[in-house]
Amino acid sequence: MEANEAASKEQEYVHNVYNEIAPHFSQTRYKPWPIVTQFLQTRAMGAIGIDVGCGNGKYLGVNPNVYMIGSDRSDGLIECARGIDPAYNLLVADGLNLPHRDGTFDFAISIAVVHHWSTRERRVEVVRHVLSKLCRGGQALIYCWALEQGSSRRGYHEGMEQDVFVPWVLPKDKPKLTPAAKAKAKAKPDLANIPPRERAQYLQRWRDDQQRSKELSDDGDDKLQQDQDQDQDQEEVKYRYYHLYREGELAEDCRQAGATVQSEGYERDNWWVVAQKK
Amino acid sequence: MKFLTTNFLKCPIKACDTSNDNFPLQFDGGKCQLVQDESIEFNPEFLLNIIDRVDWDALLKVAGELGNVNLPPKKPTFPCTVPQLTDVGMAVLNDLHIMLLQTSITEGEMKCRNCGHIYYIKNGIPNLLLPPHLV
Repeated sequence: MEANEAASKEQEYVHNVYNEIAPHFSQTRYKPWPIVTQFLQTRAMGAIGIDVGCGNGKYLGVNPNVYMIGSDRSDGLIECARGIDPAYNLLVADGLNLPHRDGTFDFAISIAVVHHWSTRERRVEVVRHVLSKLCRGGQALIYCWALEQGSSRRGYHEGMEQDVFVPWVLPKDKPKLTPAAKAKAKAKPDLANIPPRERAQYLQRWRDDQQRSKELSDDGDDKLQQDQDQDQDQEEVKYRYYHLYREGELAEDCRQAGATVQSEGYERDNWWVVAQKK
Repeated sequence: MKFLTTNFLKCPIKACDTSNDNFPLQFDGGKCQLVQDESIEFNPEFLLNIIDRVDWDALLKVAGELGNVNLPPKKPTFPCTVPQLTDVGMAVLNDLHIMLLQTSITEGEMKCRNCGHIYYIKNGIPNLLLPPHLV
């Protein structure tokens, strides 16, 4: 893939989407992950660092004794971050064209970001670019989505295609319905107490039951379809591009970018690496 | 954008990396609005380590552009630890806290001294995205 083609794919399936979903996305991102928190809390007093792809800034306040500058390609997300805490240090900047001084920072984090570049060449390049901002011996903690997500409902696993489009469902303002219509529209299967492996079967049974009860009622099939169409109108699905990393791949990319891999692991459907600048 | 951040920003255009004029960015004092946030707490130990990292010449340049010409021409020297600080030292450090951390630029513009490209600060947020022809 040509660099231009890769960049326009990222524009359409990453940058534009994050700006469109920013407020809703931000509402869902508030809980810092334990290993990231631990990494930040073990930085020295007065250390200076960068958060590349900081989103709504959920890591910028974890350690008040470091000076952290968060940047994101999405001005929508940066505005969300500013709304959460006006004291956050924020920039709108592209991850491959960062405005930070080279060879200056003690540490960097980039959490669930590098997987959005659409070629390996560009993913290695962004790691190299982040490392260029660190002083010698500086550490970067990088997280990317894993291909191996055996325990997750998303169902990605080994052997699957690694370059995927992941849906984000945006809730739309629901039209006002009469209580009766509301009750009908609300009929949704409750999966809370169904074990994951049995859900597909349960759903099929639930749909068959619904279908049967509709057929018995006056409304008939047409009305059922109409209800479903209405449901679809009420939400909008946006697709984001991701490269899902297989085991060992992120560490390999970091070495390719010239770093020493200090430690690596798996947390919450992500592979992570602490890459040290030589 | 806190004043301290100006000490860490350069022009992101790669062609400017070969020039020494891509840092610090040049601020147009007439177009910059500054605010002070007194709620940001003074932490002398944190600040001692930060001052150690500051490029003083760059700080002097930007401070001058924003109308502060009272900084000493050389970086003040401080003892390594807070208990060794004299009252005068603590006062100097507190002044630096007010300038570097409590003062921020809410609106304004900054320009690369090499290529002349202008970056805008709006609602406290600097935007350093490049137009496609400069990437």
